[in-house]
Formats: sequence, structure tokens, C-alpha cells
Amino acid sequence: MTWLLFALAALLAGALTVLFPAWILRRPGRARWPQRAGAPVAARSGHRALPDSLPAIQSDCEISKAEPSGRYVSWLGAGSVVIAAVLGCVPAVRAVLGGPVESLRLPWPVPFGEFSIAMDPLTAWFLLPTLLLSALSAIYGAGYLRAWQGRRPLGPVWLFYCLLVLGMSLVLLARNAVLFLFAWELMAVASFFLVTFDHEDEAAREAGWIYFVATHLGTAFLLVFFLLLARETGSMDFGVWAEKGVAAHGLAGILFLLAIIGFGTKAGFMPFHVWLPEAHPAAPSHVSALMSGVMIKTGIYGLVRAFTFLGTPPLWWGWLLIGMGLTSGVLGVLSALAQHDLKRLLAYHSVENIGIIALGLGVGLLGLSTGSTTLTVLGFGGGLLHVANHALFKGLLFLGAGAVLQTTGTHEIDHLGGLLKRMPWTAVTFLVGAVAISGLPPLNGFVSEFLIFMGAFQGGVLLNAAIAVPLLALIAGLALIGGLAAACFTKAFGVVFLGELRSRHVFGAREAGWAMRLPMLLLAAACALIGLLAPLVVGNLLPVLENVTGLPHEVVRESLAASTASLPWVVLGSIVFLLLLLTLVLLRRGLLAGRPVVETVTWRCGYARPSARMQYTASSFAQPLVDLFRPLLRTRKSVQKPDGCFPRAGALKTATPDISREELYRPGFQYIAAWLSRLRWLQHGNVQLYVLYIAVTLMVLLAWKFR
Amino acid sequence: MNAIPFIPFLLALVMSPLLPGSINRTKALFAGRRGPPLLQTYFDLWKLLRKGAVYSRATTWVFRAGPMVGLAAVLVGAMLMPLGNCPALLGFPADFFLFAGLLGLMRFFMVIAALDTGSSFEGMGASREVYYSALVEPALLVALVTVARQTGTLSLSAMCGRVSDGHWLNFGPVLALVVVALLIVLLAENARIPVDDPNTHLELTMIHEVMALDHGGPDLAFILYGAALKLWLYSALLVGIVLPATGAAWLDVLLALGGMFVVGLVVGTIESVMARLRLAIVPQLLVGAGALAATAFVLALK
Repeated sequence: MTWLLFALAALLAGALTVLFPAWILRRPGRARWPQRAGAPVAARSGHRALPDSLPAIQSDCEISKAEPSGRYVSWLGAGSVVIAAVLGCVPAVRAVLGGPVESLRLPWPVPFGEFSIAMDPLTAWFLLPTLLLSALSAIYGAGYLRAWQGRRPLGPVWLFYCLLVLGMSLVLLARNAVLFLFAWELMAVASFFLVTFDHEDEAAREAGWIYFVATHLGTAFLLVFFLLLARETGSMDFGVWAEKGVAAHGLAGILFLLAIIGFGTKAGFMPFHVWLPEAHPAAPSHVSALMSGVMIKTGIYGLVRAFTFLGTPPLWWGWLLIGMGLTSGVLGVLSALAQHDLKRLLAYHSVENIGIIALGLGVGLLGLSTGSTTLTVLGFGGGLLHVANHALFKGLLFLGAGAVLQTTGTHEIDHLGGLLKRMPWTAVTFLVGAVAISGLPPLNGFVSEFLIFMGAFQGGVLLNAAIAVPLLALIAGLALIGGLAAACFTKAFGVVFLGELRSRHVFGAREAGWAMRLPMLLLAAACALIGLLAPLVVGNLLPVLENVTGLPHEVVRESLAASTASLPWVVLGSIVFLLLLLTLVLLRRGLLAGRPVVETVTWRCGYARPSARMQYTASSFAQPLVDLFRPLLRTRKSVQKPDGCFPRAGALKTATPDISREELYRPGFQYIAAWLSRLRWLQHGNVQLYVLYIAVTLMVLLAWKFR
Repeated sequence: MNAIPFIPFLLALVMSPLLPGSINRTKALFAGRRGPPLLQTYFDLWKLLRKGAVYSRATTWVFRAGPMVGLAAVLVGAMLMPLGNCPALLGFPADFFLFAGLLGLMRFFMVIAALDTGSSFEGMGASREVYYSALVEPALLVALVTVARQTGTLSLSAMCGRVSDGHWLNFGPVLALVVVALLIVLLAENARIPVDDPNTHLELTMIHEVMALDHGGPDLAFILYGAALKLWLYSALLVGIVLPATGAAWLDVLLALGGMFVVGLVVGTIESVMARLRLAIVPQLLVGAGALAATAFVLALK
């Protein structure tokens, strides 16, 4: 526990120190907003001045002179997060390896509250990727934010970054409902300020508000969830909840639904995901990586933790979760396919992957309710492994997207192209992430999907129809999701990094600095390692699975060993694949040695004047699939056809707004707004009267209390 | 050491280029032509392997890696696929998910290699490839899960080995539906009519062929050989599910080899008697295959 407390203290210290140097160093009468000097440069260089996009080159030379504090602040903030991560990893690794559960209780003068934290295997399993990705994103962020030095005070960014990491860690550690909600709010508020980092951009402000409203609606459901549980058990302590459980089936069902909505909003289950595709693209890229990679997983953590309070699940819980997983998975990947904004595309893929995780958890719940340990172990095991895997590859992909964004100034996929020639390292790591997220061997995404598939497959083959049919739907859905994800990432990687340099945005592109490259390389290596060491990693799930399922050690161990007996074979297949690949590389080199190898233009069927703009774009690449699923996507197209004898201009614009936002929330909120506008006479801007309202309300409540 | 498990792998390595040859001979027979020799694919491979290479200036190492990754992936796939009732080199529960994953990897790299050329023709082929394969994958997996449920086994070798005449007598409709679904999957995945036309030289109608437009020399040889292997593996899957076991290992192998060429004959016949479907109609066929497989699964529930 001491390690952990030091880690939390390091985060707090980081949060405080980044504020003060910024203040102290900014005092001596320098221009507060030196970007006025930098702005004309941006305009001259002809970039569409997306605010998040000022190329690193000019900001380096112009602004680091203007504000030396920026760099110190970045390294202070990043350094404290790294130190905290290293300190926190020690007890987390110990807990994952099955060490004793460490806990700590301190008095906390909040009604019903207690500063009660504990590190059990489940917490540790979520905490490890959180700390790892936080540290790597922080190092990356120190490089990434250099483009912003002097244009924004960086102190607050690092303050909220540290607070976000602190909030996430506390959410995972908390064992008291009040502390949990406090940490949950800390996390939400800190990430809100990070999303609105670029507050001069209207889109970022709107994204921030959508996120703020969505997360608090989710929290409202959680509040009810916790209050009901507290009333049932007479305590706010998670330990008591897990021990007593909920006896009444009806209440357990209601609690389950509340948890699905409350935690699902944070996790991004369709249709509660609306904030996700808005907020993730708006945040700075290293924060997007953190939010998409691990922050949304706190929702999954909450859900899994809630399962341990609610007793044996009835069958419909598993069905519901599989249904939600299929909806999120299929619609998430389809929406991603229709996007041509790189970061939005990645954000929708988070919805898809959360769907895959939900599928795993659903299989696990089905296993618990039918008493099939194989299903339980494979479902929960696959889902939880996918949590860690998704943190790695989604973090990697967002960091890669950030590197592209920083040097080119655009996230519009159709403006990019040929970047592999300019940014070879970013391209390779992005490719690794793309293969991993598509669930292809030999990387980590395949392993977790294999476990989930294996669970569904065994249930589909051996169990009765009531279980087998939903599991078959899961198998078909998982296959469809896999195929569509591959389509989406061949599109993203192919159009952004391959082919010829497409537009003026990419001509000046150059490779990211080492601070940004190193985290990407480490994450790519981690993706490959988990893929190749799969049996070892899955073996370490044992304490976590015991923790989640509440089954005895021996049962889980035997079942895990029996049901994952295929994994060494899968790894053998992967290793043979790599050896064969090496052989083929050598064979090809041997064959071509001494023979003519000529370079020329791409064959364009006789057309002699090719131009880079004739390449296939992301929109045209995805068009057949987007058209096929038109009823689900409602892509809006506006076409200006070239016409007349001498056609000059033509244009095609497509936009795929979020369908649940357009069809569900917008009408709903408009209706509520129209209804509530009748109460507008209460709002007249007179502060004295507002104070009167408060006083009257308090008095009424007091009277009600003493009635 | 038992040599039997090596047989399917070695036969696939050696004999797979015969399969396209037999399809072409069948088509020639229907058209009343002499047709190319049965061994034409071997000749092509030999010719290509001795050539140099021409690369586009737009391309990078991704373009060169595509054929190698593809061939390596399908070679591992060949180790997973039994031949008739002869078990595969590697067999374990849910091995066909790895098989599907490896073919997915092959496709992923072929597609990005095509996009690396910056040619709109190859982009178009790549786009169609991912479009169709996303719809085919569910059909393949659902069909295999149905067979697994029918035979009560979890690995490809066990499934193919377990199918007996008893299954055909008692659950004929289930297996027949699965076989039709898998045949459609075979045609779609291997770029045959009615989904794709391997013969056409009009790039606009092609899918698989157009993606390899810029490849030449050893790279093209790898692609050709990989495609032949892929066709062989899908045919082996079909044969394994159709053929009941006789009990004698060598007789089984001979029967399976015969079955492979029957598949060649069937594919050739289909290519001869029908035209390629319009691109907009193809998804209906592929989703139909999935629906057939799902129907088979429902019938297989007891």
C-alpha cells in the first residue's frame, strides 16, 4: 500500500507543481499570449489554421523563446505521471500475480464516506494498463504539446492530466461508494477540461458540453444504483455489498439495468455513446489516447464490479449484454467506416471494441447463470483481456493519429496520403495497431477475440438451444465486425500512409520527435508481445477470474487450463508464420539478387498523365459498404456534378452524423426543452431572487423534515 | 513417427496448382476449346520465379511485403486444413478461427499492397475485396459451427473425420445446406464466377486480379501460388465435410484427392454455365449463403 500511496502522492504533487512554475515563470512582465507573434506565420504558411494543428516547426523556434516555462511544465507533469506509474505498478503487478489483497482505510469527514481503498486482482488488472498508458501518453504529450507552447498556458493541461490519472486510479481503487463517486466526478471534470483544451474552437466547446451532459446523466443513474444498494444492505462499503449481495431478483434486475445505463454511458455502449465521437477528436491526441484507451474502461470496470454485488445472474442479463455488444460492435464499426475524419473514426472504433468486450462479458454471464465454468472463464477472460489489449492498440492508434495531425494540420483522411515515406516510424507502429485492432493473428487483438469466440463456440456446440442461438448470433456478429474492422483499417492505413503524397497538407510532413515516437514503439511492441506470449498472459488472468466469478480456485484453474489449451497451438501457428515470412523474405531477396529490378510509374491502363488526386479516397473505398448499410447509417450526400460541354468543377460531400444523436437524443432533448420553456419565467437574471429560491427551498425541506 | 498428418500439407504444397488447371480444362471442354495444359499454373510459376521485378515509384516496402505475408499466412493455413479424413498437421479446438484469421491477414496485406500503388483501379479492387469478404466471413464461421454442432467436435480434423454416412442419412438437409453455403464461400473467396471473373482483362470488372495488377516476377508468383493454395484449402474443407470416412487411411486420401478434382469440375461447370453477377447483386448471394448456414444451424438444434 505504501507504494500506492506514494504513487497517488506523486500525482497530486505533479498536479500542484505544474501550476506553480507556470505561475512563477510567467510573472516577469512577458506577453501573456505570445501567440500573436506566431499567428501570422501560421497564416502565411497557408495552412487552414485548425487550432490544434500549428506545425511544430514554427512553434518551436518562435515560441519556445517567448515562454521557456512551457517545456519545464511539460516535463514536470509528464515526469510526475511516469513516477506515479512506476510506483503504482509495483503493488498492481503483485496483485495480478495473485499476492494478498492489500487494503487501507482512513477516516474521511464526509457523510457516509470513508477513504477506503484496496488492491484486489480485478482492480490491478484495470490499473496496470491505466498506469502504463498514462505514463506513455504523458511522455508523448510532452512532445506533442510543444506545438502549443506559448499559445496556451500548459500548466492547466498538465494539472487536469494529473487529476484525470488520479481520478481513474481512485475509481479503480475505491471501496466506498462516496469515495467512488467523488473519484468518478474528479475523472469526469478533469477530462471535461481536457476536452475543451482548445476552447477557442466552437466544435471543441460543444463537444465538451455534450460530454459533460452525457457523463452526468450517466452518473445520475449510478447515484440511484448506489443508493438502492445502500438501502438494501445498510452500508456504503463495497466489501459489505459483495458479501451480502442482493437477495430479491426484481431488485437485482433493476440494479443491473441501472448499472448498464450508468456505467454503459461512460463505457460507450450504443446508444449511450453519443459523447464519444465528439469528445475524443476534440481533446489533444495524447488525452484522446488516454480517454479512449483507459478512461472508458472504468465503465467496464464498474460493470464487472457491479456483477460481484448482484449475485447469480438470470439468463436475460447475458442475452441483454450480448445484444448490447452486438449493437455497439456492428453499428460502431459501420459508423467508423463512414467517417473520413481520422480521430472520429478511431473514436467509433472504441464503441466497436467496447461492444466486443460486452460480448465477452455476456458470454461470461451466460456461463454463470447456466453453471458452465468453461463459458464463464472464456467469456470473462476474453472480455477482460480485450480491455487490456484495446488500451494498448487504441492508445497506439490515437498517438499515431496525433503525430499525423501535428505535422499535417488535418485529420481529414482524404487530404492525407503517402505519409509512410515521410513518417516511417509512425506508419509502422500505426500498421501494427491496425492489424491488432482488426483482430488478426499474430497480434494481441486476435488472442482476446479467440477466447470470446472459443467461449461462444463451445456454448454453441454443446449447450441447449436457448443458449446456442444467441451465441450463434454472437459468432456471426463477431465475424462481421472483424471483416468490417479490417475494411476500415485497410482504409485508414492505406489512404493516410500509402500511395502518393495527395495534397499540400502532406508535402511538408516530417517524422515525429523521439518523445512521441518512443511511446508508440513501446505500445506496438506490447501488442506483439501479448500476441506471442498469449498462454502466459492468459494464465495470469486466474486470480482476476476468481475475483470476478467468485468460483473456487481449483475450479477456475482447471477450467482455465482446459479451455485455453488451444492457445499454445495458436502461438505455435503465429511463430511458424513469422518463420515462414522470414524464409520468404530471404527467398525473394535471393531470387532478385543479380536480376534487373526497375522502378517506374504505376500502371494506369495506358493513361499517361497520372496525378495524385486520382488515387482512391477513403470515401470511395468505403462507399460500397456504406451504401449497403444505408438504412443504418443515413449518410448525407451532396453532389455537384460536372456538367456542360466544358465541365469545370464538381464536388461530392458526404457526412454521416451519429444516428442515435440525430434520431433519438435531438428530438428527445428538443421536446424536453420545449416543455421546460414554460418554466422560463423563473429565470430572469435577478440574483437576489435566485438566493430567495434557495432560501425558500431550504425552508421547505426543513419543514418537511420536522413535519 | 507417424507420417499421416504430413500428407495433407505436402499434397497441398505440391498439388494445389493443379486445381486451377483442372477448372480451366473443364471450362475449355464446355466451350469446345483445347484449353491450356493442366500444368499451366506450374509453368507460370516457374516462369515468374525466374524473372526480375518492376516496381512503381509510388510504392514502399508495404507493396513488397504484401505477397510474402499473404503466402506465409496461407501456408500456415495449409497446416491447419485436413484432407478428407486425413487429419491436419496442426489440429486443436476452434482451429478454424485461426484459419479464418490467417486468411484475413493475407487479405489485409494484399489490400494495403494494392492501395500502396496509388492506382485507382487497384483501389477499386481493394475496396470490393474488403466489401465482399466482410459479408463472407460470417457465412464461413456459421457453417463451420453448424458442422461442429452436428458432429459434436471442435476442431477441423475431427469434424472432417467424424462426418459419416450416418450423418448424411439422418441429417442430410443440414449438411446439404452447409455444403451449398460453403460452396458459395469458396467461389467468393477465390474470386470465381459468379462473384468475380478470373479471366477478364477489363480491370473494372475484376476484384482479385486487379489488386495484383502492378505485381510482377517472384511477387506475382507468390500471389499466384497463394491463390492456388487458398482454392485448394477451401476445396479440401468442402471435400472433408462431404466425404464420409472409410476407415482405411490411404483409401481416404485417394478418395479425397478424387473429391478435390470433382470440386474443380463443379467450379468449372458453374463458371461455364453462368455469367458473373452484377456487383450490386453479389451481396445478396453472400448474405444468402450466411442465411443458408444459419438455417442449417437451426435445423441442427435438437
